[in-house]
Amino acid sequence: MDYWELYQLMLHSRLFEECVKQLFNDGMISGEMHLGIGEEAIAAGVISQLSPGDALALDHRGTPQLLMWGIEPAALLKEFLGREDGLCNGQGGHMHLFSAEHLSASSGIVGASGPAGVGFALAAKRLRPGTISTAWFGEGATNEGTMMEAWNLAVVWQLPLLFICKDNDYSITTPSQTVRGGHLTEKARSFGLRTLSVNGADIEEVWLGAKEMIEHTRSGHGPVFLHARCRHFENHFIGMQSARMANNPLKEIIPLVPGITKALFRRGGVPFSERLRNVGATLGVAASSKSESQAKADDPILRTRFKLAAEDANRLTGLEDNIQAEIQRVLNEVLSSNNALEKIR
Amino acid sequence: MSVMKFGDAIQDAIAQSMGEDPRIILIGEDIHAYRMKLFIQFGEERLLATPISESSFLGAAVTASMAGLRPIVDLTLVDFIAVAMDPLMNHAAKLEVFSGGKWNAPLVVWAACGGGYGDGGQHEQSLWGWLAHIPGLTVAVPSNPADAGGLMTAAVEHDSPVIFLEHKMLADYWLEWMGGSWRETIHIDVPAEGTVGPVPKKWAAIPFGKAAIRKEGNDLTLFSVGVGVHQSMEAAAVLEKHDVSAGVVDLRSVSPLDVETICNTMAVTGNMIVVDEDYRGFGLSAEVAAVALEAGLKFNYRRVCTNGTIPYARRLEEQVLPNTNRILEAVVDLLDTNLPI
Repeated sequence: MDYWELYQLMLHSRLFEECVKQLFNDGMISGEMHLGIGEEAIAAGVISQLSPGDALALDHRGTPQLLMWGIEPAALLKEFLGREDGLCNGQGGHMHLFSAEHLSASSGIVGASGPAGVGFALAAKRLRPGTISTAWFGEGATNEGTMMEAWNLAVVWQLPLLFICKDNDYSITTPSQTVRGGHLTEKARSFGLRTLSVNGADIEEVWLGAKEMIEHTRSGHGPVFLHARCRHFENHFIGMQSARMANNPLKEIIPLVPGITKALFRRGGVPFSERLRNVGATLGVAASSKSESQAKADDPILRTRFKLAAEDANRLTGLEDNIQAEIQRVLNEVLSSNNALEKIR
Repeated sequence: MSVMKFGDAIQDAIAQSMGEDPRIILIGEDIHAYRMKLFIQFGEERLLATPISESSFLGAAVTASMAGLRPIVDLTLVDFIAVAMDPLMNHAAKLEVFSGGKWNAPLVVWAACGGGYGDGGQHEQSLWGWLAHIPGLTVAVPSNPADAGGLMTAAVEHDSPVIFLEHKMLADYWLEWMGGSWRETIHIDVPAEGTVGPVPKKWAAIPFGKAAIRKEGNDLTLFSVGVGVHQSMEAAAVLEKHDVSAGVVDLRSVSPLDVETICNTMAVTGNMIVVDEDYRGFGLSAEVAAVALEAGLKFNYRRVCTNGTIPYARRLEEQVLPNTNRILEAVVDLLDTNLPI
């Protein structure tokens, strides 16, 4: 395991996505934007150990994996800007990224990456022995029937497949433990998957865990399940309303006051005291969005950086400057060729 | 009469119904956050937060409704209905016939639909034609706050499954949550007349299958639902300046269709344009023409629909989705005139 190399992968992804965030906020990217900020160690720990011919079945948050898997940053950025020279000619956008050459496919439908991973693994087993498939999803997706069906089928067919569950504890805004029966990894295990839980903020833990899991499935011993805890510092997507409510309560909550007042006093419904508690519960969503976005102790980049700074501060600065310069170069290249340099409307 | 936003009207109508009928429950993902006002008033016993597992909670709502509850299933986006199609298509829709007319499933599926904010074809579909294709499903698509509340009231009172589709360009909270309309740096074309409007003091059901004539016209008639109604009105206003009298019919429900109004207006104008944000083939646009043809009417016909998969880029999406310019082009083509538009 090379800390420096992994840090480079993670930081490159982080700075790239920070840049995407800026472009989104500047109005140059339309729709929604789900960033992988906070998931970098999981992506780096796994992707750095994949081999040519391996496949990626991604969810709606696949930018870090694709960058680390070798997709040109400029092609991704152009795609997000909706340009004809983007990765998918501007037709896919960040939730629908595809590269046949990299055997990588994404989906904006929660749970879809489970069976997608199974199909890639079946093709791997029959057409490219020695290669494996990876299926990426959040813990919220593990409640989808199709995901559990995928676990079962993968075991039945003994496929070379690594399921990677990126667990941030929230299914969009809902605390996942409040909508899940049983224990996540025990469930996966009960389907016959070999499972391992790691701290997704710790690159060493992820890398070692991924190594063990990948070796197991690549050598023909059947599908495996890597569970990695993480935080989404940009929440489910950029600018989620609940996070904005917490960050700017005056601006965001005041417009809601008339509606809340009506809901408190309107005829029908639960008693007043319970309604007050319900107000607290809905505002609690805002507070938890904010606290997730600020859980810096779980930032894989900061954690790794701390270690490297102690090892060789000069080398670290040099590396970071290089990555920063590289991202800036890509941004300049893309924006300078952006004909209109115009916003989406 | 008071004035209300489109999304508020729907939730207000639901609040009225839930206050009157304790059998009504609301089921869906993130419901405590997305439906804050209803959650405050009715609490977690009647607003059930779900895991992300559409097929299980929609499937459960079908039999819950058969056993006496009146569930409204909040499915977030209609695109996600694909994950839960079996309980709806093979079960809820078929129960009444299979049981010999002795049992029904009074549930409402409430979902946001539609594009125009650059989110790509997995989050921007309309799908009302696809859903209305299945016998046994009622499909309502309101275009203004008063209709939204009235049709939702009808939906919760209805004794068989209803799909209620709210367009994201009309129900502004969706763009607030997902489309980033909070960004002062972007512009999204939201039809003002549809997003805020007068609503009755007390909600009453608007019957399904009753179109509303938004504008009378003698030369041609534009038929539409949802945002398409507003695009049609905009096109009709432009045409008026060029002495073309275009009528606009808001169908309000896709199934059942108001065959009578379609035929009556066609008998007058003889020129039909259907503005349908759903896919072009095998859908509402063809059905409106078919019912008029079956009635023996002769008329000229064009349609403005979503042409193929909706691409992500706003620039490309605009070419694929219906808009006012495309409607005007269709009018020019239909009337074979050279309007300077």
